[in-house]
Amino acid sequence: MIPGAAPPILEANALSRSFQVGQGLFAAPKTITAVDDVSFALRPGEVLGIVGESGCGKTTLARMLLGLMAPSVGEARIDGRPAHGLDGRKRARLIQPVFQDPYSSLNPRRRIRDIVALPLIAQRRFGARDIDRQVGAMLERVGLAPELAARLPVQLSGGQRQRVAIARALVAEPKVVICDEPTSALDVSVQAQILNLLDDLRRDLNLTYLLISHNLAVVEHLASRVAVMYLGRIVEEAPVEQLFASPRHPYTRALLASVLTPEPGLGIPDVGLGTTLPDPTNVPAGCRFHPRCPQAMDTCRTVPPRRVPAQDSSVECHLFG
Amino acid sequence: MTPILTVERLRVEIPVKAGLLRPVRGIDLALSAGETHGLVGESGSGKSLTALGIMGLLPRRARRSAAQLRLGDLDLLPLGERAMEDVRGDRLAMIFQEPMTSLNPAFTIGAQLTETLRRHRRVSRREALERAAAMLARVGISSPRTRLAQYPHQLSGGLRQRAMIAMALLCEPRLLIADEPTTALDVTVQAQILRLLAELQRAMGLAILLITHDLSVVARVAQCVSVMYAGEIVETGAVADVFARPMHPYTRGLLSAVPVPGKVKRGEPLGTIAGVVPSLVGEIDGCAFRTRCPAAHDACVRPVPVRTAGAGRRYRCHLSPGATEAPP
Repeated sequence: MIPGAAPPILEANALSRSFQVGQGLFAAPKTITAVDDVSFALRPGEVLGIVGESGCGKTTLARMLLGLMAPSVGEARIDGRPAHGLDGRKRARLIQPVFQDPYSSLNPRRRIRDIVALPLIAQRRFGARDIDRQVGAMLERVGLAPELAARLPVQLSGGQRQRVAIARALVAEPKVVICDEPTSALDVSVQAQILNLLDDLRRDLNLTYLLISHNLAVVEHLASRVAVMYLGRIVEEAPVEQLFASPRHPYTRALLASVLTPEPGLGIPDVGLGTTLPDPTNVPAGCRFHPRCPQAMDTCRTVPPRRVPAQDSSVECHLFG
Repeated sequence: MTPILTVERLRVEIPVKAGLLRPVRGIDLALSAGETHGLVGESGSGKSLTALGIMGLLPRRARRSAAQLRLGDLDLLPLGERAMEDVRGDRLAMIFQEPMTSLNPAFTIGAQLTETLRRHRRVSRREALERAAAMLARVGISSPRTRLAQYPHQLSGGLRQRAMIAMALLCEPRLLIADEPTTALDVTVQAQILRLLAELQRAMGLAILLITHDLSVVARVAQCVSVMYAGEIVETGAVADVFARPMHPYTRGLLSAVPVPGKVKRGEPLGTIAGVVPSLVGEIDGCAFRTRCPAAHDACVRPVPVRTAGAGRRYRCHLSPGATEAPP
């Protein structure tokens, strides 16, 4: 299938979200713009990787796309319909999340079978036998032995729990899955199993993923496109091969330079970003990356850069226009 | 030259309801000055309990035994809690993944740094503050005077990590045990903290025992590596050697599971290790990895031989070297 041919299944149209944050008893509250004018369109079968560091707005973006949080400005659309305000049952059949921590995202008092069945029960469309059959098939599909169905989450390993979370997300046959750091809490050998599983499922079930991760190697492995976020904005977006082969934004370049690989003798890269860290409560004027940018010019301190679109990529930096 | 750290047949045993939990099953380690030794393994492999065993910080009901446990010339085995307190923070220091494990939220950075210093060195309060400020500057914290008056919650994650490193290095220890020091940090900050540790190590001739699950971090900063599985070191040697030619099937499995940009094509699966870790309660007969090993055979239930493969290179496996050299 050619990804360009179908209409987008998931869209962000100029999404923004602000929060009021108290500064103590007597200070006036401050406004944080966690997500600032984010737009993208994801077509069926694509995997969009969202990368960025803590506080860049990845999770707020995910919550808006899931319809769990209303945007302050803009609109998220799933399958052509607005995400926020969509009926819960309808939404559940379109988009589902898989979260980072399989220890806290599963109800500890429910048996595995019941955890996975819940999205189907909520649909109120299936009889008990139908639900049993679908749950059994889904557990098998994610590689869980049938005898685990009667267990509690505490009796499962981290990798098994993440398989349960994936089974629960997929049992209602959604079109889009938002994976928010799906392997960050797992050991490397288990991470590999879960990544392989996610990739298989996407192909077999023609799923579309939004993959949020701070691990660029994970994103490179699964994603077809990558968007790099910095303090609430997408500063660069490109097909994965292009982004890794020729990153343009200085922040993307620093991120890629920071990725460590198991290759001895290469040492630790000097990412050249200085020791200032991004602070969402105090977004710099001009380009928000300029205090850390090794190539900052005078303009960068005062004028916010505009998004420069190219054929199928975009970058937001004064170096490119 | 006397090694900074000598560990021989270190064991940790913890009585639990099901029997005797044996999370560390006789491990050997040796570190020289200026050397970084990576101790890698997955959750439950016993790497953190190895560190706590060396530090004398095991949970109360845990039992530690070893044939040797020496810090330079000092035998740590007979030392009681009081004597260990004199050693910790002085010649032997430790940093953790979560800086708040070492930093007390109720005291200023300055109070905590000077207390550490005055516990081990006879210095005036004023001189202690001077030295604390100098150490904060050395770990790359700007305006150290201001930071001394601040509480840990007023610092960002990266700065807290630096403050914890400053506190650990204040008395110029000879050995630093770093347990997942950068795991909770963003990638750009991780690179900065690792560079900082390497610089300080060069300047102080520090030996670092780096405990991590991250093979990439070990590859980049350590000279030697030991791979732990189920409480044992299954393979050890020079980093360049072990990563280029892993001999133990577990080491091979781990290395093939790491996604490396540009190495594994998208759509191709990553390497995995089937099965789960064995129970660490009681004795394990034969090879602990045999239930998950793709090359396991009948002999693997018998006691495992330690094989050598060049200088300082050892691994515990029944397979002959020829058999494990086949590409994974």
